[in-house]
Amino acid sequence: MIRYILRRLLSTVVVMAVVAFVVFSLLYLTPGDPAAIIAGDIATDADIHRIHERLGLDDPFAVQFGRWVRALAHGDLGTSIFTNLPVTQLIGQRIEPTVSLTLCTLVVSIALALPLGVLAAAKAGTWLDRAVMAFSVLGFSVPVFVLAYILILTFSVHLDWLPVQGYRNFRDGAWEWLRHLILPSIALGTVYVALITRITRASMLDVLAQDYVRTAQAKGLAPGDVLIGHALKNAAVPVMTIIGIGVALLISGAIVTETVFALPGIGRLTVDAILRRDYPIIQGVTLLFSAVYVLVNLVVDLSYALFDPRITY
Amino acid sequence: MATALPAPPMTAGKSVSPTWARFRDAFRRHPMALVGGAILVAMVLVAILAPWLATIDPQAVSPAKRLRPPSAAYWFGTDMLGRDVYSRVVYGARVSLIVGLAVAVVSTLLGVAIGLVTGYIRWLDAIVMRVMDGLMSIPSVLLAIALMALTRASIGNVIAAITLAEVPRVVRLVRSLVLTLREQTYVEAAIAAGTTLPRILARHILPNIVAPLLVQGTYVCGSAMITEAILSFIGAGTPPNIPSWGNIMAEGRSLFQIAGYLILFPGICLSLTVLAVNLLGDGMRDALDPRLARRM
Repeated sequence: MIRYILRRLLSTVVVMAVVAFVVFSLLYLTPGDPAAIIAGDIATDADIHRIHERLGLDDPFAVQFGRWVRALAHGDLGTSIFTNLPVTQLIGQRIEPTVSLTLCTLVVSIALALPLGVLAAAKAGTWLDRAVMAFSVLGFSVPVFVLAYILILTFSVHLDWLPVQGYRNFRDGAWEWLRHLILPSIALGTVYVALITRITRASMLDVLAQDYVRTAQAKGLAPGDVLIGHALKNAAVPVMTIIGIGVALLISGAIVTETVFALPGIGRLTVDAILRRDYPIIQGVTLLFSAVYVLVNLVVDLSYALFDPRITY
Repeated sequence: MATALPAPPMTAGKSVSPTWARFRDAFRRHPMALVGGAILVAMVLVAILAPWLATIDPQAVSPAKRLRPPSAAYWFGTDMLGRDVYSRVVYGARVSLIVGLAVAVVSTLLGVAIGLVTGYIRWLDAIVMRVMDGLMSIPSVLLAIALMALTRASIGNVIAAITLAEVPRVVRLVRSLVLTLREQTYVEAAIAAGTTLPRILARHILPNIVAPLLVQGTYVCGSAMITEAILSFIGAGTPPNIPSWGNIMAEGRSLFQIAGYLILFPGICLSLTVLAVNLLGDGMRDALDPRLARRM
């Protein structure tokens, strides 16, 4: 067990090193002078020169990479070109809406998707199963921002039940905070729900065909006990895996969702940075989100042992 | 996997390969895949025939007719510059389909090349797969955003940026298929008979991975179309002067409360097209793996 954990930690370090290297070297792999592109079309030679110095583009690649990694080790993600503020500070200011949105979505999605998947598997072949699967295919196909606008136009503009856009801090009232997160979470969560539902159903169908499930049914256990106690517990590993992998969907989707709902989070920070070509911010956010994704999947991998005692490593 | 079965030798000229026969049967069993195919064919026709279908020049500005709601003259209404949204949406089909198809084809070709090599050369495998793990750990939209922030906006760069994010997934698939196939008796027999590596790859491995790649390709195509729209929507995609569905929606962003149709029409077209591609992919996947078909 300890050996497995150590090996898994080591591979996480390797993957993060590759991520850092890729994110850093994008500046050099792209054709042309990145400083000229960051400076924009109306930039003077002096502007471009300034950005060159600012990003240290004139030093050898190894020197630049070493400097960047050293700063990173000290928790320094660089400085925004436009606002001159440290990227970590900018991210810190914007982190609450993003964490609120993704956590809300995560909780609601899992709470919805697991019962849907279990139900569809238990009633396989019925209209209920077909309805769940149809929803799943649709969920994969409607892009998050299209769904977001449909939701706003229906529930905010037309019915006037929920706020159109914006965000309220949690400490200014939990109810207002929640009200502003309902539509964004539904928009962001739909594709995630579709994904988890699909895998839960498939995994449950596999398990339900096993002998021990038939035994449990034969000895007269309540159908609910068989479904949850015997089947779902054993179907958990692929479901956990997809919950971890799906976090990438949440992260990508959050950027768009924050834009549509005008949530002042990290996604909004990223989109503003694109318009200003403020590369250090984009670099920092990419690195941060990738790290979150890698860590979530590390936790998922390590938690398998909890769900499946057969896995002892 | 069912795909690991070697194809029986062809006899008469009229016999169809079992893969294609399975696709044909699957379409019969999955009417939704046919619906998907029909929608996709319709969209492709719209894209090709855009100059004839569009009522007026999609770029023609007419300030006097700004923000007209949908009507008989302007089917999808007009935008804030008085441009005809219907004509713009019709031309937008071109961008989505070109990006989707190009990303699917390029990332499949690249993925096959890398996957075949790493599946066979062990020392390279460890290095390449770590790089692929790293690339896959960067959420694809962010990777594409980072690349687009460093290059000039163009459709070519959009395709390149999305391809880079999609390639690792294809590589993983190809590699896992190759690792299964190389253990097959007929491949071992070929090796024992002294067949050269390029010939084994071309004759025994490649034909057996075509079908799963086709399925994967459709999913890549659908996801690429969504990513292109997302990138354009947040201002990191197709240049704003080209009418793409993402761009039309981006322009409608600040006006959606008074002119929701600016967002709805391109949004519906995009969703329909992605849905069609996904239905087609599901149908093909079921055809390939009947065991999976029961479950998914």
